[in-house]
Amino acid sequence: LGSILACGAYVPRLRLARATIQEAMGWLARPNERREAGARAVCNWDEDTLTLAVEAARGCLAAARRAPAAVTLASTTLPFADRSNATLLAAALDLAPEMQTMDVTATLRAATTALAQASRATAGPTLLVASDARSARPGSEEELQFGAAAVALLVAPASSESDGALAHIRAAAHLAADFVDHYRMSGQAFDYSLEERWIRDEGIGKLAPPAIAAALQAAGLKAGDIRHCVLPLRRASAQRLARASGLEDAQLAADLREDCGDTGVAQPLLLLASTLETAGRGEHILLLGLGQGVDALVLTAAGTPLAAGHGPVSSALARRHEETSYTRYLSHRGLLEVDFGMRAERDNRSAQSVMWRKERQVTGFVGGRCTRCGTQQFPRSRVCVNPECRLTDTQSDCRLAELKGRVKSFTEDWQAYAPRPPALYGNVEFEGGGNLLMEFTDADSGEVEVGMPVKFVFRIKDVDRLRAFRRYFWKATGAL
Amino acid sequence: MPSGIADRVAIIGMGCTRFGERWDCGPDDLMVEAFNEASADAGVARDDIGAAWLGVFFDEQSTGKSALPLSMALRLPNIPVTRVENLCATGTEALRGAVYAVGAGACDVALAVGVEKLKDTGYAGLPERTKGSFEDLYLPGSTAPGAFAQLAAAYASRHGFSMDKLREAMAHVSCKSHANGARNPKAHLRNRITPEQVLAAPLISYPLGVYDCCGVSDGAACAIVTTPERARALGKKHFVTVKALQLAPSNGVEMGHQSWDGSYTLTTRLAARRAYAEAGIARPREAIDLMEVHDCFSITELVVMEDLDLSDVGRAPYDILDGRYDWDGAIPCQTDGGLKCFGHPIGASGLRMAYEIYQQLLGRAGERQLKAPALGLTHNLGGIPNRNIASVAILGLAD
Repeated sequence: LGSILACGAYVPRLRLARATIQEAMGWLARPNERREAGARAVCNWDEDTLTLAVEAARGCLAAARRAPAAVTLASTTLPFADRSNATLLAAALDLAPEMQTMDVTATLRAATTALAQASRATAGPTLLVASDARSARPGSEEELQFGAAAVALLVAPASSESDGALAHIRAAAHLAADFVDHYRMSGQAFDYSLEERWIRDEGIGKLAPPAIAAALQAAGLKAGDIRHCVLPLRRASAQRLARASGLEDAQLAADLREDCGDTGVAQPLLLLASTLETAGRGEHILLLGLGQGVDALVLTAAGTPLAAGHGPVSSALARRHEETSYTRYLSHRGLLEVDFGMRAERDNRSAQSVMWRKERQVTGFVGGRCTRCGTQQFPRSRVCVNPECRLTDTQSDCRLAELKGRVKSFTEDWQAYAPRPPALYGNVEFEGGGNLLMEFTDADSGEVEVGMPVKFVFRIKDVDRLRAFRRYFWKATGAL
Repeated sequence: MPSGIADRVAIIGMGCTRFGERWDCGPDDLMVEAFNEASADAGVARDDIGAAWLGVFFDEQSTGKSALPLSMALRLPNIPVTRVENLCATGTEALRGAVYAVGAGACDVALAVGVEKLKDTGYAGLPERTKGSFEDLYLPGSTAPGAFAQLAAAYASRHGFSMDKLREAMAHVSCKSHANGARNPKAHLRNRITPEQVLAAPLISYPLGVYDCCGVSDGAACAIVTTPERARALGKKHFVTVKALQLAPSNGVEMGHQSWDGSYTLTTRLAARRAYAEAGIARPREAIDLMEVHDCFSITELVVMEDLDLSDVGRAPYDILDGRYDWDGAIPCQTDGGLKCFGHPIGASGLRMAYEIYQQLLGRAGERQLKAPALGLTHNLGGIPNRNIASVAILGLAD
């Protein structure tokens, strides 16, 4: 089949310790309930599946030597039910518009199905991004388990060049089974989950082994040839399934439960990407996707192993900041209605005609660069902003998103409406010139200072509650 | 070279309401109150006015757009009325319209009124305003204190001040204005404060605390202008003339170009330079006897001292702490309490500043009267440091 050419991963910075949740919700638990270790990765107020996807994709494309011919976004928590999320993703990446864009959703194996699909494609490489940020009802088991993350893979089909690939996909087997271990109806916020033991024994235990066997057979391998097992399950369940499938000699991919939690659709690819960081060239990998059936893929690592702690997943996991407030987490996720005062009543209507007119500027963060004096500027305008130039119609497009910046001034504003007070914003100078007054994100009080280097990230700008819409723009954040 | 406006127009009457939370007054009440004082002062009746200018910023709040709010409130005899708006320079812009009309000979007597009714929003601070449909898509949801707080961060960094040292000078700015405001019966805030109170006040937008921010007030102010000949014909012997009236709006450099470092207000420098030239002032530090500047926030007043070329660049904190701009200092600033304490009904503020200079020049400033000032300056900064409209007016006694 095809190959994985490059990989990017993104995990939101905020970590909510399970102990913090249990402390807040402990009154609901039985006496002697076990204490849960580790932390979940949770979105900042301005992060969602789409913004996570953009960051993972940027990392992937930066590592890739080829441009994608298609963009596929896999998730069960896409912000828009009807507005192509993959197209918005492609626009944020400022990719050429001549390409296929597709959202894949409604099952936790959306990403593994899309991976197999992309490897069988006929055109050039697909940018496959798996991203999920599921909501959990306060006090639920899901609240302790769910994490948020995105993984992006550049997947070349067999017909395409695969020089420098990280892995080759040897075979894929699929099994469809309407086994309802959990579900979420359209428009509902939370999953409804069934008993774990039934899922383990009657579901995974019976459905997965035949799919694994079929994939191994298609790959021309025996169970004993598999060196790494990537199973999106908690460790005990993964061990049980590996034994049942004759894979007890393979190394189980770390479940990352204590680092970020169960990241839904992103989980199989996150564990795969983590495995690929250190897998030896030529080592065989079994990858499983589970959800109303099974996707079983067999891959062979082809990259150069990195030192432990290096690679896209390790770097993404290393960037972390503890969310100390359970109620602030609830507020960010829309699970607690907080009184933000009258300033929060501001009407955030978006003029879609303006959005379309300025789409590359706002979504792609593309400004202007004067072809006469070289001055970078945002927004792009008819007349150059350089006081020494001021020529008309001399600007060409200039993507600012990938530039570095420097903080010239800032404030921590406690008066402005901000879902995570204080509102942080200030003047940022772009490397190579140009200035913009912009918001900072992933920074709390005391974390921004003059002279600090920043990079730019795609985030939710405003939420329009009146019209159930959210709009996005770029913000500055510390460049470590 | 244009000959400029110097000494071509006289201010013969001014009025100003008490500023503050005027819960019982609408904009029409405030305009009538200010006009009645000016009319009595000038000895000019309503029907002697040839044209009028109305300055209102937040038209959506309650005052309304167009000529109508003023024409109808005063029941003017259907004379031309022009509504102007230039952010916080609105009041000065109204004065500029009236002064230019008289200077051009379009009418003998012109009226400028500025009014703002802010306290119908239901909350403290300035109302939110839309930034236009494109800008809403990318500019931060900033507030006025947040936008001006940027000056403090950039100034401290540019000139190597610790924020503590800078805040000490900023606190002096506010304490001085409160001391002056306490002696002004028309001021919104009349309490004296200490630097300790300023520094311990709740934070609004780092590093600005409550006492670094000006009052949000209702109020109106008014000027009646005519030619010096008409002023003399009306029996005025001792009167005030306009020496300079200049305006400088941003053109986008501060917002978009790296040449601005964020530590000063570019437009103030430009407007001041032109105003000094128009008034024939070569050495402003010696010529200016008092000033009313746009102290929307303490840090604004601090950097404006340099932008007006009254302090050397990087030295304003020292000059301020030395008392140079106190009531008994070399160049008293905000003798009426300034925006800080007199209050800041936006459309009225430029005219309120002119009102204080006018009163001081004519020796009518009561217990805060300075010793025989001859030349005063007003300054507005409409907008935010990133883009704004600066106005500088210089008023003096007629020769």
